[in-house]
Amino acid sequence: MLEPAAVHERLRDRFGDAVGAELVGRARTLGCRVEAARLIDVMRMLRDEPGLGFDCLSSLAGVDWPARQAIEVVYVLHSYHLGHWFAVRVETPRDDPRVPSLTGVWPAADWNEREVYDLLGVVFEGHPDLRRILMPEDWPGHPLRKDFVEPDEYHGIRTSRPSPLES
Amino acid sequence: MSLRNAAPEMALTTTIDEVLNWTRKSSLWYMMFGLACCAIEMMQTGGPRGDLERFGMAPRATPRVSDVIIVSGTLTLKMALRARRLWEQMPEPRYVISMGSCANCGGLFQLAYSVCDGVDKVIPVDVYVPGCPPRPEALIEGLVKLQEKIQHEKWLVKKTAPVGVRA
Repeated sequence: MLEPAAVHERLRDRFGDAVGAELVGRARTLGCRVEAARLIDVMRMLRDEPGLGFDCLSSLAGVDWPARQAIEVVYVLHSYHLGHWFAVRVETPRDDPRVPSLTGVWPAADWNEREVYDLLGVVFEGHPDLRRILMPEDWPGHPLRKDFVEPDEYHGIRTSRPSPLES
Repeated sequence: MSLRNAAPEMALTTTIDEVLNWTRKSSLWYMMFGLACCAIEMMQTGGPRGDLERFGMAPRATPRVSDVIIVSGTLTLKMALRARRLWEQMPEPRYVISMGSCANCGGLFQLAYSVCDGVDKVIPVDVYVPGCPPRPEALIEGLVKLQEKIQHEKWLVKKTAPVGVRA
C-alpha cells in the first residue's frame, strides 16, 4: 500500500514536468495535476506498473472553475489488491474543453465520461459513443456550468411555477 | 349506485348512467407510472395490505388497456414528454391521479433545472394526492375520491347536445 506522495514521486520520475509539482486535494481525492496530452500514458502506468496497480476507476467527475476559465476533470483511482487511492486531475480551457477518453484504459470510464460531457460539455476525444446520458438529446447547454441559465420553456412546458403565496 | 325499484319483487331498476358508471368505477385498471419513491408506496398499496384488487383494480404495464394512470414521483422534463405520449395512448374515458408533492407541483425539486413542476402542466389531473410520499391509506382515499367522481358523471347528457345548440 502506497501513500499518495509515493505514487506522485514515481509519476514525477517517469513523466517529469507533465505531472504537477505539488499534491492537491485531500483524503481519497489527494493526487496531482497532469497535462492532458500525457493523460493516457500516465493512466496506463498507474494501472499496469507493479506496485501501483490501480485497477479500479472509482469515480470520474468534472468541476467548473469560472474564475480560472477552466474545467477540471477529476479521476479517483483505487487498487483493489493493494488498497491505496490516488486522484488525477486534468485542466482544460472552458471555451473549448477537450480531454482524451479513458475508455481504452478502464471501460468503466464510458458512462462517466458521457455524464461529464452531458452536464459540463467536456469533449472526450476517442470516446466510442459520446452522447448525452441524463438530459434529453435536444437540451440547450450544459446545466452544471456555473453560468447556465435555465430556459423558460421546454417543448411548450413552462419550467417555473408561480407561488400561490405571492400574488 | 342507487336503485330505484318500482317493482322490487321482480326487477332492479336504475338509470343507464349509473350502471355504466358503476361498472366503470368498479374495474379501474391502473397504469403503473412509478417515477420515484412514491412508487414504493404505490406498490405497497397494490400489495396485500392496501389490496387494490378489492376495488377491482389491476396493475397494467401498458397504456392501451388502462383506465387510470397513477403518476407517482418526480416528473423530469425528459419524462414529461413521455408521460403525455403515454396518456395520449390511453383509451377514453381516462383518468389521471397525481400522487405526491413532486407530481403535484414539483415538490422539493421544483427549482431544479430538469424537473417539470407538476404533471398537470402536461396532462389534465383528476385527483391530487398530497404527501411526501403519501401513505397507502392516502392513495386509497384518492382512489375512492376518483370513484366518487366517476359515479357522478353524466355520459348520456354530455354526449347529446340540446337541439339547436350544436354548431
